[in-house]
Amino acid sequence: MSGQVLPRPAMSGADRRPISLHVGVLALLFGLQFVLPAYDHTNMARIMILASYAMGYNLLLGYTGLMSLGHAMFFAAGLYGAGLAAYYLGFDPLSAFLAGTIAGVGLSVAVGLVALRTGGVSFMIVTLMFAQACFLLTLYFNEITQGDQGIVLDLSAWSWDLGGEEGPLGLISPPIRYNLALLLFTLCLLAIFFLMRSRIGRVLIAIRENEPRVTMLGYHSFRYKLGALTLSGTMSAAAGATYALLFSYVGSTFAGIQYSILPLLWVLLGGQGTILGPLLGTALMFYLVDISSEYTSSYMLIVGVALVLLVLWFPKGILGSLRQRWLPWLP
Amino acid sequence: MAAVTASEGALLATRGLSRRFGGLRAVDGVDLTVARGEIRAVIGPNGAGKTTLVSMICGRIPVSAGEIRFEGEDITALRPWSRVERGIAYTFQITSIFQNLTCFDNVALAAQRGLPCRGGDAELARKVERTLARVGLEGRGSALASTLPYGHQRLLELAIGLALEPKLLILDEPTQGLSEEEIVGFCALVREIATEATVLLIEHNMPVVMDLAHLVTVMDNGRILAEGTPEEIRANPEVQRAYLGT
Repeated sequence: MSGQVLPRPAMSGADRRPISLHVGVLALLFGLQFVLPAYDHTNMARIMILASYAMGYNLLLGYTGLMSLGHAMFFAAGLYGAGLAAYYLGFDPLSAFLAGTIAGVGLSVAVGLVALRTGGVSFMIVTLMFAQACFLLTLYFNEITQGDQGIVLDLSAWSWDLGGEEGPLGLISPPIRYNLALLLFTLCLLAIFFLMRSRIGRVLIAIRENEPRVTMLGYHSFRYKLGALTLSGTMSAAAGATYALLFSYVGSTFAGIQYSILPLLWVLLGGQGTILGPLLGTALMFYLVDISSEYTSSYMLIVGVALVLLVLWFPKGILGSLRQRWLPWLP
Repeated sequence: MAAVTASEGALLATRGLSRRFGGLRAVDGVDLTVARGEIRAVIGPNGAGKTTLVSMICGRIPVSAGEIRFEGEDITALRPWSRVERGIAYTFQITSIFQNLTCFDNVALAAQRGLPCRGGDAELARKVERTLARVGLEGRGSALASTLPYGHQRLLELAIGLALEPKLLILDEPTQGLSEEEIVGFCALVREIATEATVLLIEHNMPVVMDLAHLVTVMDNGRILAEGTPEEIRANPEVQRAYLGT
């Protein structure tokens, strides 16, 4: 992905605009829950979790310049790590979340140590193969995972009395679900935001731009790429774990190729190498599919056409194009 | 004095350094010794092996045979980043700056190494500004590197090298593509750099070499043809035949 013009604002330390914008977006997301109708309320919770997954993906593609075609394995590691721990071992939601996230750390380090010995197209192929292997494992261990059919989790035992009129709120009650999804999204957003302002972020972007030069500046680029892949995989796994717990379902669909391609599309749509691009891309695509499927069963065709148009006129994604033309300070 | 530095206190010493590309001996048994504080020029016709030689010294390409010692330590097997840590910086022949990053970020990438992580940002900003000013790019920190004119991009490349605070700065054809005026400023800058660092200079521009270098090494066909002061090299009939073409 190197060679693409993805400018980065200079010394944004003194500029308050990026911080204001991101705090504003988080406040907007918080406020939305009080006005959204029930259907969109659930959708938004789902979008925020998937956008966290996309942000993890964007860390690798947009900022480090590594295109993975196998991120579904990390999402699925979190999903199964949390779901199976809750289903078979009776983990409480927080422990199950941690189990899923730790599974993601382990898998991304292991995959990174092998896959990062390659680059470019080879990296895409190797990650794709790893992900297919993981997908097949979820089918192979059918007795545990129930394969395609999946497992529905019963987490109704976990509820909290927040003093509301409707009594204790369950884990999957809309307010809890929405705000936990928002919490995940906020943590991921802040992590990326501060990482990209740090010196490590500067090195990652430099690796995207010109890796051989970075090694000649005294950086062991492999370590930085492994770190980026691990954080990316961990974020994806955290999103997967949250998804399993808040939507009470784990199934092998989430390990399939489609869930490796989706974050790529979300990020390309919203703008790779921008912090809010993944959220924008995920939300737009989600509603594009949602609305077009009301009219036709071949809704993926409409999505495809929309993406082709987008790539033709906004090759850097929506926020990438905005940044290039009008908002150079956008991180 | 010269004899002592050559054997004991040499900053850089190569022994029998060779590099083969298939059947081609690009560099063939080079013994090169550079003393601390020296400005050493390496000259030679195209294909003489100059860039291959310095690429082995900075670790961009592995050696086929021989060894490299830096401050007495054998660095032959070290990877490039470890050599940078020991104080070797290389500026590229073909400008290899980060085109899509600002000048600030370009220099900060090199300058941030070794600065404390906490509270070091102000110090980093000062160091970057200082380095940019040193090469004459003060106030250009927020400009995208790709928007700079070519001569300034070369200066930015040099600033990146300086920000690494090297003991040995390798400049690979630094004046290529610069105007006469820029070359004059560049020579003054290299002389100033040489008060702190040792400079290994690959250069085609003879007036620059004769002006700057303390010692000149002439390469031809991967071997060292001659070595001496600029005056000696100018007077050397072998060099004239092989290279100066007179």
